[in-house]
Amino acid sequence: MEEGTFQPIQPGERVATQHIAGSQSPGGVASVDDLRLVEALRSGNESAFVSLVNMYHAPMLRLAMIFVPSEAIAEEVVQETWIGVLHGIDRFEGRSSLKTWIFRILTNRAKTRAQREGRSVPFSSLPEFTIELQEPAIEPERFHGPDHQWPGGWVSFPRSWEEIPEERILAQETLTRIQEAIDALPIGQREVITLRDIEGCTSEEACDLLGVSEANQRVLLHRARCKVRRALEKYFEDE
Amino acid sequence: MTNANQKELNCQEVVELVTDYLEQALLPETQAQFEDHIEKCPGCEIYLEQVQQTIEMLRKLSEQQTFPETKEDLLEIFRNWKQDESKSDSPLV
Repeated sequence: MEEGTFQPIQPGERVATQHIAGSQSPGGVASVDDLRLVEALRSGNESAFVSLVNMYHAPMLRLAMIFVPSEAIAEEVVQETWIGVLHGIDRFEGRSSLKTWIFRILTNRAKTRAQREGRSVPFSSLPEFTIELQEPAIEPERFHGPDHQWPGGWVSFPRSWEEIPEERILAQETLTRIQEAIDALPIGQREVITLRDIEGCTSEEACDLLGVSEANQRVLLHRARCKVRRALEKYFEDE
Repeated sequence: MTNANQKELNCQEVVELVTDYLEQALLPETQAQFEDHIEKCPGCEIYLEQVQQTIEMLRKLSEQQTFPETKEDLLEIFRNWKQDESKSDSPLV
């Protein structure tokens, strides 16, 4: 298939209106910057490749780590993904953002690799994945029961973190605790919190990538954030 | 207090709405109830702050890794690809 010549796109113009197969949400389409990078890459511009690596290599490693058992394997998956990106770049049609397109190649490869490594990888878009999420944000015991004067009110307020010294908040140990809390999450929650809160993806990008609805994505994000907050609360309390 | 004030959210309900609130996904009337509750309830105000602080700390994890040591490998991948591409006019699909 031959790709046409590069057509400059007006800002705000939607590049494609067709939905991605299997995706519930239209997602963000490629930006003007994306299309410039893609065009440069197609013409073999090395600095375009370097800037893509600078932008996405570290996030790709973190995403791969969700699925595969070791950093070494994650590195391999990311390298394979870059090869896939280069060989597939002629087929990039701008129906999703370049980032989403790259991340999708990555997650597909990581999932395939994980299966080969003998890890079972549930897909976050499966319906049972959201049904399992009826757990509360906080243990119900922390609120008054229905017979109390203030049903559903705090038994005792959470302790503010305001007086915790900045050094402690920013300490490596704190980040390690956060990472441990993330590692303990079900895979769908882990994917969403990694994309949204660590990598700073928009909800549209996350939905597009994971093939979940906005509402399901929010539920996964909510559960994940609640558990990480809870882990931090426990950590800050043990002094 | 009686059950007459059905429109007021309790703390247990508020904590479940925090993400929808931060995502600006609440209906306007629920958002108003949420904000009204937070203004009056120190416990939920602290809870909301903690969730926001958690998000800030999560963002810090993205600053952990620097550029890969495998950069040279990647450049080699790129150069090989470029060479292959220019060898054949129509890439294998």
